[in-house]
Amino acid sequence: MLKGHQSWIFENKPAILSTATIVGPFEGQGPLVEDFDTIHGDLTLGQDSWEKAEKTLIEEAANKAIMKSGLTKEQIHFYFGGDLMNQIISSSFSARTLAIPYFGMFGACSTSMETLAMSAYVVNSGGAEYVLAATGSHNASAEKQFRYPTEYGSQKPPTAQFTVTGAGAAVVSREGYGPVVTSATIGRVIDMGITDPFNMGAAMAPAAVDTIEAHFRDLQIEPGYYDLIVTGDLSKVGYSIANELFEKHNFPIKQTNYQDCGMMIYNYETQSVQAGASGCGCSAVVTYGHLLNRMHRGEINRLLVVATGALLSPLSFQQGESIPCIAHAVAIEAGR
Amino acid sequence: MANKKKKKLTPVQQEYQALATRIEPKRPVAVNCLRAFVSGGIICVIGQAIEEMFVRWGGFDHKSAAGPTVAVLILISIILTCLGVYDKIAQWAGAGTAVPVTGFANSMSSSALEHRAEGMVLGVGASMFQLAGSVIVFGVAAAFIIGIIHFIVDMV
Repeated sequence: MLKGHQSWIFENKPAILSTATIVGPFEGQGPLVEDFDTIHGDLTLGQDSWEKAEKTLIEEAANKAIMKSGLTKEQIHFYFGGDLMNQIISSSFSARTLAIPYFGMFGACSTSMETLAMSAYVVNSGGAEYVLAATGSHNASAEKQFRYPTEYGSQKPPTAQFTVTGAGAAVVSREGYGPVVTSATIGRVIDMGITDPFNMGAAMAPAAVDTIEAHFRDLQIEPGYYDLIVTGDLSKVGYSIANELFEKHNFPIKQTNYQDCGMMIYNYETQSVQAGASGCGCSAVVTYGHLLNRMHRGEINRLLVVATGALLSPLSFQQGESIPCIAHAVAIEAGR
Repeated sequence: MANKKKKKLTPVQQEYQALATRIEPKRPVAVNCLRAFVSGGIICVIGQAIEEMFVRWGGFDHKSAAGPTVAVLILISIILTCLGVYDKIAQWAGAGTAVPVTGFANSMSSSALEHRAEGMVLGVGASMFQLAGSVIVFGVAAAFIIGIIHFIVDMV
């Protein structure tokens, strides 16, 4: 049901039956290692290209989530997926293997919550019984497409972010036990004129702030309603800017605990990731792994995940275009 | 240039960029310069040592030893690239590893490695000069202009 200008309330409370997270070796060295289902020791996942490795990540996450839900592939009605590759090949190719009716979406790194919001909407409105939402990213394939060859020796500035190798998937259901998706706010595209692709945090922060403020305006609640609000992958730079913007707008973010997924997954002391993590996989594996585990343990009851995405292409920034950004918020609450 | 770009931005965007610039960490230029000086210097010392070895044991003179010396440096650079070490060193060294011939070798071998999956012709062959190509194009163009200037100066 539409609430306010850009938010949905899911009155039938679709449940997240199961989730799965698959990550690469570098993420396995980080502090959230206990929260992942599978940690691959080999960055190629035994495939002969980075792109195939990324597709395999998403496939494995999808299969694992379906398996954990106790369902079979045939019982899943729709699959919402997306990734960072040109023409979202990783998701589409995984949909070929899964053979589930498929919607391909592109929201860059905001895809995790974009797909979850759409899955919850479809389930809530009776459009399906079970829906799968999955997304993922691979560090090397993202470097190859957006930056330089993986092994190229370029010095990254302190504002640069490290793309997560990982995929997360969730099965959303009308009935059953699990955390419930209660509402979602769909973001506007915000462009503050940042052109540096090595400074995505600063580009995305205004989009995150816009969506968060819209969420509370639409739902007419206070930030204190949530135990935790997380942004997807703003990392150190974007997180500081977002905090500053909240203060400037007199937005009472201090009522709650505000964190960023991009600052949780790696260890800044031992891993060279500059400002922090980014990528579709970042918010997906942190939310579906770490945060939902904390919810299951009863440490969090109400969670708002605001996945942020930079909607640039390698071509657009070479042509000097600025980076348009988006953020989607999904509220997850400890369920039945 | 910077002002021209700024004019296109709305006041809100300009205000935001001022805020963002204040918060984001700057590149540590002084430290980067020092590291580039040290690491670039070390590469040059290694090169000199290789050259001296060719002169002492290889029967070359100082002029003819330059060729095989560069070849050895390129080989070392490519091996380090293939082992996945070169980019780690470069994050520390910056221009120190990018400017010498080792950086050029790294740019070509990393592109070749990266596009191996697209086949030998359309992958390796076509993409090898993805980064190095512009160096060659502008190098040749600059050499041509310098050559003309040299020619005119010689005539006068």
